[in-house]
Amino acid sequence: MKANNRKLDLKSGRVELSHGSGGRAMAKLVGELFHAAFANAELLKGNDQAAFSVEAGRMVMSTDGYVVTPLFFPGGNIGDLAVNGTVNDVAMAGATPLWLSAAFVIEEGLPLADLKAIVDAMAEAARTAGVAIVTGDTKVVERGKADGVFITTTGVGVVPDGLALSADRARPGDVVILSGTIGDHGIAVMSKRENLSFETAIVSDSMALNGLVAAMVAAGGDAIRVMRDPTRGGLAATLNELAESSRVGIVVEEEAIPIRAEVAAACELLGLDPLYVANEGKLVAIVAPDKAEAVLAAMQADSAGRDAAIVGRVVEDDHHFVQMTTAFGGGRMVDWLSGDQLPRIC
Amino acid sequence: MKYVDEFRDGKIARRLAAAIAEAADPARDYRFMEFCGGHTHAISRYGIEDLLPDNVRMIHGPGCPVCVLPVGRVDAAIRLARRPEVTLLTYGDLMRVPGSGGVSLLRAKAEGADIRMVYSTLDALKIAESEPDREVVFFAIGFETTTPPTALALKLAKNKGLANFTVYSNHVLTPAAISHILESPEVRKLGTVRIDGFIGPAHVSTVIGTRPYDYFAEEFEKPVVVAGFEPLDVMQAILMLVTQVNDGRHVVENQYVRAVRPEGNLTAQREVAEVFELRESFEWRGLGEVPYSALRIRPAYAGFDAEKRFDIPYVPAPDNPACDCGAILRGVKEPRDCKLFGTVCTPETPMGSCMVSSEGACAAHWTYGRFRDPAGARRKAS
Repeated sequence: MKANNRKLDLKSGRVELSHGSGGRAMAKLVGELFHAAFANAELLKGNDQAAFSVEAGRMVMSTDGYVVTPLFFPGGNIGDLAVNGTVNDVAMAGATPLWLSAAFVIEEGLPLADLKAIVDAMAEAARTAGVAIVTGDTKVVERGKADGVFITTTGVGVVPDGLALSADRARPGDVVILSGTIGDHGIAVMSKRENLSFETAIVSDSMALNGLVAAMVAAGGDAIRVMRDPTRGGLAATLNELAESSRVGIVVEEEAIPIRAEVAAACELLGLDPLYVANEGKLVAIVAPDKAEAVLAAMQADSAGRDAAIVGRVVEDDHHFVQMTTAFGGGRMVDWLSGDQLPRIC
Repeated sequence: MKYVDEFRDGKIARRLAAAIAEAADPARDYRFMEFCGGHTHAISRYGIEDLLPDNVRMIHGPGCPVCVLPVGRVDAAIRLARRPEVTLLTYGDLMRVPGSGGVSLLRAKAEGADIRMVYSTLDALKIAESEPDREVVFFAIGFETTTPPTALALKLAKNKGLANFTVYSNHVLTPAAISHILESPEVRKLGTVRIDGFIGPAHVSTVIGTRPYDYFAEEFEKPVVVAGFEPLDVMQAILMLVTQVNDGRHVVENQYVRAVRPEGNLTAQREVAEVFELRESFEWRGLGEVPYSALRIRPAYAGFDAEKRFDIPYVPAPDNPACDCGAILRGVKEPRDCKLFGTVCTPETPMGSCMVSSEGACAAHWTYGRFRDPAGARRKAS
């Protein structure tokens, strides 16, 4: 019986099927790893659910699955991504994110040290964002049935009175604001992919945006029509979604869109269009024209929105096209991404 | 970005646009074909058409290696990839090209075939070396630009005695395709399509030089300007073509002097000649059979030729009869003239070759340019 009292071998141990089978091994994993890292009163009660009191008003809820390859990339790992991504999805409603759940599907054989690094990153990201991970679940699947670890997080937050941000609220004349440089996350991850490694100093922009959102709401209130974080599919996908939902057109200025020189260079080499590359710490806001400058100033005053810029405007267009005035002086469409963005050959 | 931004400068673009507008004779119009999909992409992506006067029009040519690959060859690659012992490697933009029944390499991969994307032929060699139990086949496509790397891989494979590496060669030749267009009845005999000059692909010319184009300039009396792929390169090439037409000249000029020499890259040419030989004929999607327009692997390298190692019978597969790609590639029609364009044929579900790669005329127009179509011709994506 002595062996059972041993602590998890976080240095050289690996996740085994027994860690997910509901027995003592699982209790040990949950206790020594998850509870230790996420420590909060609600989680430590050890119930199958978390209970919390709510005030009157509107709440929002969002869920997202994270399956990034590789698990560790410059500037972060799947853990902080899983927290920041869901915090941001909740915050895009103008809400204050408060609670998260986290469900892990772990592939047998994942080094416990990796899992600990991921869980620690989640705990740190949650602390930074001011949210608590209050409930969770752990499953272990046979080797080959998952890719290291998949994490699903669900977030719940409360919306300040008087706010009803929604994708169908953009109106011709509104202003499109972007919170910072595009493409950092996608290029950072791609730089570490198998068969494609290249040297770069680019790091992921994975970051919680709820602080930035709170500052924007304070400055613009309901004049902020909608906010969305341009993750998969990049800025292009987000602008097309918003144009379609609001049944309007959007015209952006290429020169106004902030992009790091390294990201532009990497895209150039790989034949990618940065407009379609993923971001994990940026948001697009569509704001009524009279409050646009105030919202922009509030964003620029926040570290998460230092490089914020007005990048375009909403126009009438029955086709709901997103168009761009190129830095070169011509015009083009910014269409939905078709399929995956695959590199061109020559 | 150094060495890039200089060639995308909006101020210089406006100056060049003014120079083109001034040079273009309002009493006539100018129709130039950019052969290469790289130029088509640049013209669309940077909105160059907006900077040209109305009487200077660009016709998008067939120089997109993914687009001109016939369906039968995609089918053959898929059949090859479905063999349990085979790992098929290829460049990324081939993955989505639909073969017969809409089955693409991506779809075959999802169904279990071992198909992987590589960035270079050297990566392909590495995979063959590290996985000796797999039959590693490189699905090679491209014009003269991508041929030398394939030749190099074949030579290295031979030197290393790699027994599990073969190449399925689909390399094609630029001059043969341009000849084919100029010989086509619409251009040569009927005069229904006027092409006043060509923008030649610079990357191809870094390998083959500018001399192979002398023939067109003389025989067909068409000016050719070999140009780089940055938008300012394209604008400058258009100005050079307008000037030649005005002067009644038809010679080969080199706009891309920063990389192209008249004789090209002799080392690369030698390597290619050592490994490859001409095919008597090759089918091009949209153009049909084009004589002496493609390369196969020489008998000395037969051990590395997938067509020799595996039984890959070629079964031609016709395009949708309503598809106008052939006419679009020859400049007879524009993408929006095709009744499939934007209805059943979009980049998500391409029916014809011009829609399959971002460098194809239809895909470029759909992705970047369709907002310019007259309201009646606009069709909405589903």
